[in-house]
Amino acid sequence: MAKSNKPIVWSLFAAGGTLAAMLAPVLVLLFLLAAMGHAPGLLSYAQLYAFAAHPLGKLFLLTVIALFLWHAAHRLRVALHDFGLRQDRFVAVIVYFVAATGTALSVLYLARI
Amino acid sequence: MSRRPFVRPVSRTHWYFKHPRYLRYMSREVTCVFIGAFALLLLCAVERLSEGQAAYESFLAAITGPWSTLGLSVVWIFAVHNAISWFNVTPKALPVQIGEGFLPGRFIVAAHYAAWILISLAVLFFAGVL
Repeated sequence: MAKSNKPIVWSLFAAGGTLAAMLAPVLVLLFLLAAMGHAPGLLSYAQLYAFAAHPLGKLFLLTVIALFLWHAAHRLRVALHDFGLRQDRFVAVIVYFVAATGTALSVLYLARI
Repeated sequence: MSRRPFVRPVSRTHWYFKHPRYLRYMSREVTCVFIGAFALLLLCAVERLSEGQAAYESFLAAITGPWSTLGLSVVWIFAVHNAISWFNVTPKALPVQIGEGFLPGRFIVAAHYAAWILISLAVLFFAGVL
């Protein structure tokens, strides 16, 4: 049987899509309130720092950032094909590289908090 | 096999304007751009947070204003579009078998909407908005 990495990226896409469906609207809303000058308490430095300093808070932020990125990367790869860009291998390398880099950076930044 | 098979000409870059159904499909696919952009914004927030209070508060100041309000409103619309379209296909992705039959799809969709509302309210409460 031919080896394929499709199940891995597809499961990250599906998990990220479900997490994004459940959480993205409300999380964007928190930042939208901040943009309008009514930053919620959680987005204040003291509260967000305390949240990110807790292991469960770190796990939450890492999961959200990484799965959103891998979801977006895989869907963007397919969407770019639909938009007429047929260099799939090149596109795949770029989008997965960005997702992997973002995942690694979020681990690095969270470790510093 | 015909030596001159009929090949319907399809534009490689504009095909999705040919039918509203194709356009709806593409509108679901492009939500990923906004989910990805928001993930990068979160990554920026975490990076600034790790740099200390002054760096984080300058980040908060930078995303305050009419342009980020407009941008985040667009992101929010696409995030909601992703949520609704994602939940509406859950009966296809997660069919629940009961004996010989299947649980009607509307219950699976309704369960996802209920969870969505509860999770959103919980986050708003935890964040100090409610």
